[in-house]
Amino acid sequence: MATSIDYPLPKPAPSPAEFSFSQALWKWVATVDAKRLGIMYTGTAFVFMLIGGCLAMVIRAQLMFPNSDVVGPDTYNRLFTMHGTTMIFFLAMPVISGLSNFLVPLMIGARDMVFPRLNAFGYWMFLCGGCLLYFSYIGGGGLGGAGSAPDAGWFAYAPLTELAYSRGPSSDYWALAIILGGFGSLATSINVIATCICARCPGMTLARMPMFVWTMLTTAWLIILAIPALTAAQFMLLLDRYLGANFFNTQNGGSAVLWQHFFWIFGHPEVYIVIFPAFATLSEVIPVFSRKPLFGKPAMVGAIVAIGFISLGVWAHHMFAVGLTPWSNTFFVASSMIIAVPTGVKIFNWTATMWGGKVRYSTAMLFCLAFLLQFLVAGLTGIMLAVAPFDWQLTDSYFVVAHFHYTLIGGTVFGVFAATYYWYPKAVGKMMSETLGKWHFWLMVIGFNLTFMPQHYLGIIGMPRRIYTYSPGRGWDLWNFWSSIGAYIQGIAVLLFVINIIKSGINGRPAGDDPWDAWTLEWSTTSPPPEYNFEKIPVVRSGRPLWDLKHPQDPDWKYE
Amino acid sequence: MAVPGSHANRIADTFNPVATPAHMEKGIAILTIAICGVIFVIVAGLIVYAFVHYRVKRDEREFEEPPQIYGSNQIELAWTVIPILIVFVLIGVSARVIRAIQAHQPAPHSDPVYATVVGHQWWWEVHYPNLGITTANEIHVPVSHDGRHATFFTLESADVDHSFWVPQLSGKTDVIPNRNNFVWMDPSKAGVYIGQCAEYCGTQHAHMGLRVVAQPLPEFRKWAAAEAKPAVEDPSVAKDKAVFDSLACINCHTVRGTIAQGTFGPDLTHLMSRQTLGAGVLSNTPQHLRDWVNDPQKYKVGCKMPDMHLDDQQLTEVVAYLETLK
Repeated sequence: MATSIDYPLPKPAPSPAEFSFSQALWKWVATVDAKRLGIMYTGTAFVFMLIGGCLAMVIRAQLMFPNSDVVGPDTYNRLFTMHGTTMIFFLAMPVISGLSNFLVPLMIGARDMVFPRLNAFGYWMFLCGGCLLYFSYIGGGGLGGAGSAPDAGWFAYAPLTELAYSRGPSSDYWALAIILGGFGSLATSINVIATCICARCPGMTLARMPMFVWTMLTTAWLIILAIPALTAAQFMLLLDRYLGANFFNTQNGGSAVLWQHFFWIFGHPEVYIVIFPAFATLSEVIPVFSRKPLFGKPAMVGAIVAIGFISLGVWAHHMFAVGLTPWSNTFFVASSMIIAVPTGVKIFNWTATMWGGKVRYSTAMLFCLAFLLQFLVAGLTGIMLAVAPFDWQLTDSYFVVAHFHYTLIGGTVFGVFAATYYWYPKAVGKMMSETLGKWHFWLMVIGFNLTFMPQHYLGIIGMPRRIYTYSPGRGWDLWNFWSSIGAYIQGIAVLLFVINIIKSGINGRPAGDDPWDAWTLEWSTTSPPPEYNFEKIPVVRSGRPLWDLKHPQDPDWKYE
Repeated sequence: MAVPGSHANRIADTFNPVATPAHMEKGIAILTIAICGVIFVIVAGLIVYAFVHYRVKRDEREFEEPPQIYGSNQIELAWTVIPILIVFVLIGVSARVIRAIQAHQPAPHSDPVYATVVGHQWWWEVHYPNLGITTANEIHVPVSHDGRHATFFTLESADVDHSFWVPQLSGKTDVIPNRNNFVWMDPSKAGVYIGQCAEYCGTQHAHMGLRVVAQPLPEFRKWAAAEAKPAVEDPSVAKDKAVFDSLACINCHTVRGTIAQGTFGPDLTHLMSRQTLGAGVLSNTPQHLRDWVNDPQKYKVGCKMPDMHLDDQQLTEVVAYLETLK
């Protein structure tokens, strides 16, 4: 076509089938689209989950029998350090970014996050951090020498990380990888906050924001408040190691307790940060599959914000055994107990949402049910740990291991599974297999509880955490054996999940726009949504805009 | 290899306490578990009931939505206030027990024992400053029925964080460098109670065993008197002693009354009075002692005692000498 214009015309977009592999790859690598970044975050997180899970399998193989030597002590210490670091910083944190990026703009009727380039920057920094962490296995004299993967535990208590006790670069890998990983979380948080403030569609008042968005907004604030404490501590550690500072160097008057304060000022908000995406998911999935609005949404918003605030003041319940004064211990008992109240409110409200509804047993809903029961266990063992005198017996024992796996797997991971079954159709445009999903669910429930329920008892009969082996005859053998069996059942369950994701992506049933008959805005656009999310920016009049559309005689806005 | 050492109560069950702190901790544990148990039954019951009872029935699957209920302030208030009342009970009880354990002082006119425990990678150094005793990994304390002979410990660390835990006697207290922590116990029953380091402290954290030997007061005094003496001078092993003194062993180990004055490793003055070697790795038999001295790294990989590459002759002599250190 001959024209007089001498600059190139924009080429017509090729249809997906015309993309070559390198073009498709480029489209992902160069993207600043929040939805693509969300899928990338979540996908990367799942890859790290598989890696961290493999480490856990080796840990359980080592502990299956007493005095076993599947791995040696140094290898074992690296395994649990890498497992914890991976699961917290490279599974739980990116999943938050993944869910927020994909869903927050869609749910509030925005076209994208407000800082898309920052968003992409955050993802690539996070990915860099994850790769750096695992590069430690081969870098820095890793394979040839004694190995340089971090081995000081995921909370890396100083002075174990100081030069005198951690020669070689293992602690540097740990600190730098997590600092980099933190960029992803911070970039997402800034984006979520700015997007929620600036980019809501007409009519989407704060009160009408879906509970999911409220929860992610609280999470974002918490991340911004908590991560700097960790980053500061890690820079101080690096200063100690390279410039002769003595913040935590106890051999030169530094303070080991200071590190603990820094770490847990980050670390306790962190455990709420990582459970919040599950809270967010439940607040959407339970109403839709109960066919009722979320019960007491204002109370739910109040509760999540209250948890956020109080969680900034409970950190020293990780430190009851440190020898703080009776008064400070009592203060942290009180604050840790009080945080149970808004957490309880959330569980009650989810239950009340099902009450009087018509509960549909989809896989997503089953995961929510399991979440409720398992998180209830985790909350109650949390109460036990908050009772400082009881905690003196339980802390650093397998009871604690059981407790936080009930929150992190029984809570967070089950919540993420529910989220995947629920939003996968939106992200991919195809339904996941419910049959495989049910298998996944039941194996996961059985495997998970078999793994971690016995560990409560192991802690009570004196088994400390982080020991690479134990003698027979201390009453621990049988429980460890069953715990390991449970772990392998979980392993199979997760494999089924991965198979389901891949298989459904290839030949799943087409999802359509709104497969669950849901009420929030993401279901009003196509599956997968176009890059610009909505053809026309929606205008909403209530917290459930799609309910209003589907029930014009009985819309929600009449009751607001 | 089972748990090394004889007579030890091998199940370190926190719910089978034999000293006051562990008793108090068990008491509050049972209260907490009872409250949490009741809450679990009620709430889990409600969740399961709602999930099962309100499941969608086949005949009404289509179209009909249930009544849309948005919430109720009264109900929210109820399930906020009731938990607040429950947690205030637990906070109050906790505060009382925290003070009772942490702020406990020796009773007036009592005769307490004072000891200092120093955590090392990966063993425990034990001093009794008033009794002139230094030993390792096994802590002897008197049985104390009425609290008159309770033992008060000062906890210090020579390197990294550790945690002192003997489940049947007392909960954990961390052992932190540059910091003195305190713990006390008053075992009401004679016996050997197993514990171990509970704060991850490096390679051999798993093998940082600890045992508390609670003895009736006269026996404890007898043990203390024997332990305070310098090492036995057995003329029949004078030659073996000379070999020991000529080796690098003395750079790290002390044998009181001899030129061996090292302080990096455990005091060996009364080595043979102890039940185990290597902080609980092996029971202390002549054969094990020989194996251990020959190559500690085989039994406790990464421990700070190196394989000294003694030849057979030297090994026999060193072990012969050590065996006389009763």
